[in-house]
Amino acid sequence: MGLESVVGDQYCDLIIEFCNLLIHFVLLISRQGKVRLTKWYSPYSQKERTKVIRELSGVILTRGPKLCNFVEWRGYKVVYKRYASLYFCMCTDQDDNELEVLEIIHHYVEILDRYFGSVCELDLIFNFHKAYYILDELLIAGELQESSKKTVARLIAAQDALVETAKEQASSISNIIAQATK
Amino acid sequence: MALSGMRGLSVFISDIRNCPNKEQERLRVDKELGNVRTRFKNEKLPNQFRENSHSPFLPPLVIFLIAVWIVVFLLLSCHLLHAIDELPYLVEKELGLTHYEKKKYVWKMLYIYMLGYDVDFGHMEAVSLISAPKYPEKQVGYIVTACLLNENHDFLRLAINTVRNDIIGRNETFQCLALTMVGNIGGREFAESLAPDVQKLIISSSCRPLVRKKAALCLLRLYRKNPDVVNVDGWADRMAQLLDERDLGVLTSSMSLLVALVSNNHEAYWSSLPKCVKILERLARNQDVPQEYTYYGIPSPWLQVKTMRALQYFPTIEDPNTRRSLFEVLQRILMGTDVVKNVNKNNASHAVLFEALALVMHLDAEKEMMSQCVALLGKFIAVREPNIRYLGLENMTRMLMVTDVQDIIKRHQAQIITSLKDPDIRRALDLLYGMCDVSNAKDIVEEILQYLSTAEFAMREELSLKAAILAEKFAPDLSWYVDVILQLIDKAGDFVSDDIWFRVVQFVTNNEDLQPYAAVKVKEYLDKPAIHETMVKVSAYILGEFGHLLSRRPGCGPKELFNIIHDKLPTVSTSTIPILLSTYAKILMHTQPPDPELQNQIWAIFSKYESCIDVEIQQRAAEYFALSRKGAALMDILAEMPKFPERQSSLIKKAEDAEVDTAEQSAIKLRTQQQMSNALVVTDQRPANGTPLVGQLSLVKVPSMTNNTDVNSADQGLTPENGALTTVDPPQPSADLLGDLLGPLAIEGPPTAIQSQQNIVSGLEGDHAVEATAIVPVDEPQNSVQPIGNIAERFHALCLKDSGVLYEDPHIQIGIKAEWRMYHGRLVLFLGNKNTTPLVSVQAIILPPSHLKIELSLVPETIPPRAQVQCPLEVVNLRPSRDVAVLDFSYKFGNNVANVKLRLPAVLNKFLQPISVSAEEFFPQWRSLSGPPLKLQEVVRGVKPLLLMEMANLFNSFRLIVCPGLDPNPNNLVASTTFFSESTQAMLCLVRIETDPADRTQLRVTIASGDPTLTFELKEFIKEQLVSIPSVPTAPRASPGQAPPAPPVAQPTSSAAALSDPGALLAGLL
Repeated sequence: MGLESVVGDQYCDLIIEFCNLLIHFVLLISRQGKVRLTKWYSPYSQKERTKVIRELSGVILTRGPKLCNFVEWRGYKVVYKRYASLYFCMCTDQDDNELEVLEIIHHYVEILDRYFGSVCELDLIFNFHKAYYILDELLIAGELQESSKKTVARLIAAQDALVETAKEQASSISNIIAQATK
Repeated sequence: MALSGMRGLSVFISDIRNCPNKEQERLRVDKELGNVRTRFKNEKLPNQFRENSHSPFLPPLVIFLIAVWIVVFLLLSCHLLHAIDELPYLVEKELGLTHYEKKKYVWKMLYIYMLGYDVDFGHMEAVSLISAPKYPEKQVGYIVTACLLNENHDFLRLAINTVRNDIIGRNETFQCLALTMVGNIGGREFAESLAPDVQKLIISSSCRPLVRKKAALCLLRLYRKNPDVVNVDGWADRMAQLLDERDLGVLTSSMSLLVALVSNNHEAYWSSLPKCVKILERLARNQDVPQEYTYYGIPSPWLQVKTMRALQYFPTIEDPNTRRSLFEVLQRILMGTDVVKNVNKNNASHAVLFEALALVMHLDAEKEMMSQCVALLGKFIAVREPNIRYLGLENMTRMLMVTDVQDIIKRHQAQIITSLKDPDIRRALDLLYGMCDVSNAKDIVEEILQYLSTAEFAMREELSLKAAILAEKFAPDLSWYVDVILQLIDKAGDFVSDDIWFRVVQFVTNNEDLQPYAAVKVKEYLDKPAIHETMVKVSAYILGEFGHLLSRRPGCGPKELFNIIHDKLPTVSTSTIPILLSTYAKILMHTQPPDPELQNQIWAIFSKYESCIDVEIQQRAAEYFALSRKGAALMDILAEMPKFPERQSSLIKKAEDAEVDTAEQSAIKLRTQQQMSNALVVTDQRPANGTPLVGQLSLVKVPSMTNNTDVNSADQGLTPENGALTTVDPPQPSADLLGDLLGPLAIEGPPTAIQSQQNIVSGLEGDHAVEATAIVPVDEPQNSVQPIGNIAERFHALCLKDSGVLYEDPHIQIGIKAEWRMYHGRLVLFLGNKNTTPLVSVQAIILPPSHLKIELSLVPETIPPRAQVQCPLEVVNLRPSRDVAVLDFSYKFGNNVANVKLRLPAVLNKFLQPISVSAEEFFPQWRSLSGPPLKLQEVVRGVKPLLLMEMANLFNSFRLIVCPGLDPNPNNLVASTTFFSESTQAMLCLVRIETDPADRTQLRVTIASGDPTLTFELKEFIKEQLVSIPSVPTAPRASPGQAPPAPPVAQPTSSAAALSDPGALLAGLL
């Protein structure tokens, strides 16, 4: 908190040196530079997060279409891919396997696509919480936890069912109360 | 769809989307934030309780109690906090919002936060949802907490107990939520309290795969936060068992865990190695892989990559059978991967392929297999797909490390050069840079030059720097070098730094054969109508010195030369005019017999500039004017510049410093060691002038240089310090002379003493050597390593942060990562061997000051090639002191012994914990600590003038938290902190600084704490930070016989004294 925000500003470029985390953070940015999802697996302070987003959108949104999907940035590599109006970005270490990360992005997009039924940016705006749930089934601690789309879909469906049941219960209770107080 | 039931949230999102501009959006967001804030506030949460504490109506006793409560609350370790963990939820259940409402507001907060607005409240509400009994609320609590907070957030501690209950509870869905959150943001405290439970879940037979895979990654996170939580002895076997797992989800997670474990300690996990190879075989052959785990027909590419990654952490594979099976698999991957149409299939198969390449390189395969790899990469750099091409180039750059294949790589030179025309040229440039040597330098540099004029603007600087370096390092002959640099200035003058043209002047001056050639060349450029100013500088300088060598050629008489140079004068800036004036003076001197017309012309120029507003120009004009009237005397003074001393190119040094990629760097280093380039050996051994180039240009200030040689010989000993050090010269007579002069300071070992004294001398002379002293880790004559970066700066940076590089030279990088809790510290030294050969006789000894108890775990004697070893270090702070621990580190590389003494950043401020106190807490404390020795006051003079804001930042960075508004006088600062040591335990320290706005160089410091030593040490510490201490060598407490030499890493302020007592030695360091 206190210390971090003071020190963090000056030493933002040195985040974690020896941690061989696969993915440091995930960003979804629209072509207009609007943030649609952020997930941080390395500890960044609020200030650092804002700075990272600002810097990276500047770099990535302006890259030409014929360039490769990897950007060297502050000693890290940011792997990104554009899907329609959305840029999916994941930050990884210099010596990590870039293609592996690129396909994690695609894997995520495929799962979103299957869940929403041909996903579009609007789905992710109004259901940003779902995007977070799904990401949590895919990545933990910046590492891939599940590579089967089927399994992820099954788990998300189970979660939805749980929420649904809870809601039905709640409404049936309120119905009962309503009935009783009539 | 979805968001069902949270209509408010949908409406809010729509509203935001409908905002026509940013201001409207902000208004809407502010309105919503206000709304959410009021809702949260109306709850009677501890928040409000705290706000009340500021109410003036409360009696002082209550204020005191609350203050104490807050202090206790903040200081207590998490154990106590667990007890009040349930508090927010209990309070909240009775009063205030329902969970449903809270959930809605918390989502809104997350959305607003994502839009980039500051959300500085409501964190507590998000955390409290975690303890909700129902799944929907709990889920929101966990996810939003994991998004909004990071591991350092205090609120997170409040949740540890709830989280633990969820993890050990029977509810599978709750377990998943808790494991995910801890896996994503769990910190050290989570590691300590949860690791055993998480471990149990991973191996539990009753848990389903969905829990176990999450538990494995959760443990991985906890292990990263504190490696001690995984007990190696017990876990190694379990880990191996985990690799027998059939469920590929669990296996994928377990493999990530294994990678982290083996990267730290591969020895313990040998038993996992054959299993990794088995898994790889299973996947590569596509045996027993369920359909859902294939990705575009490839059996889990991610698991394949991870498994090969894990294998790269084992130094070798000894068992011949395992090795053979692994190579079979690798061969299959190398040969069986084709470029196909489907992008995703292509990417996935190449992800596997590139990892296989890395593994082959790591395993030191036979040459045949290596050439196969290079051939494959050669294919990749020729494809059109930018990703594959980029990675092909990148991996080829890595391949350069393997000496055997360099020749094979050179076969692809033409293709690589073509890649320079790609939009992504960086990789190609790096590769060309790495593969350049004497045989191909000409081709490569000329290609880069050709490309320079069409290159993207942003790339030009790097291109020209690399061209300049390669030209210097590998020039087949010097005239080519001159050509290249002149072309470079011509094409990209804006990106050619002064270093580059200084360097070309040095070469020309030192090589007589080159002088006429260079003069002709620069004249050709001067004939062009428009040239870059740097070109004017270098041409004017060279023609001034060597123009007379051309006098017999047509059109090169003194007058003609003068005219073409003088033509440029109106176009240049004031920094160039002095050089032109010197050139005129020299032309005048070389014109024998004098040409009256030329003389008058030049005199007129001199007298015109005599009244120039620029002092340098004015002085030169005046002096040249006066001198040139003296006739013969002019000859002596304006004689040709003497040769420059041989020194490492500042350019190459700069390039080395700037390099981030250590792999690339050591490749360069290796090659420089293998073959000294022509360019570096051309300078001969004749007496050289030690004056730096800048000094030469202002030669007017040294009226006579006839006694040059004397100066030279005395200077020679110093030059290594001035320039960049390549090697340490054997002690020269002149150095001995210095040694004698400063005899009393010499304590032991003449070479060392001389070395450090030279530093002092140059320091006292106000030379630039101050910087050099800080970076000279030399204390043995055969020591020839040169650190990269400034050690003192690195140390100072590490005093403020907890991870970073402590030391680096061409062979080793020492990183440090520290964690501090109360009076305990845990440091991990990361010793990374950058070479392809092992570093041997590695020794690390800690010289702790008396107040620190430091235990260093065993440091291995050998660091394998390209490997990093970690050495944990436990620190206990016994009592307050400013002394610093020193790490005495040495290793052998070839015949060289390197030894450095490095200060460890276990300094006083690391044992401080920020605490901010309110006026009600501050003043009673302040008053109760009255007078010495608990409260000390001192007027400090000679302070670095700082604005109050800057001073506050300085204090905050040392974890002395400034409490604004406590002192009624705006020119004063009040700060507070808690100090931890074994003897004092937690001790509140209060600081007051009174500044004088009229005189920022003096101030009054008052420090109060419950311990006299602490008060004193803290006062001294603060003084050190505030005062810019002049370099005064402290009187050495000499104890002949066994004194270790002074750590040459000392910052400018340190003494070079050698002391026997490490504590005193350390004091000297400060």
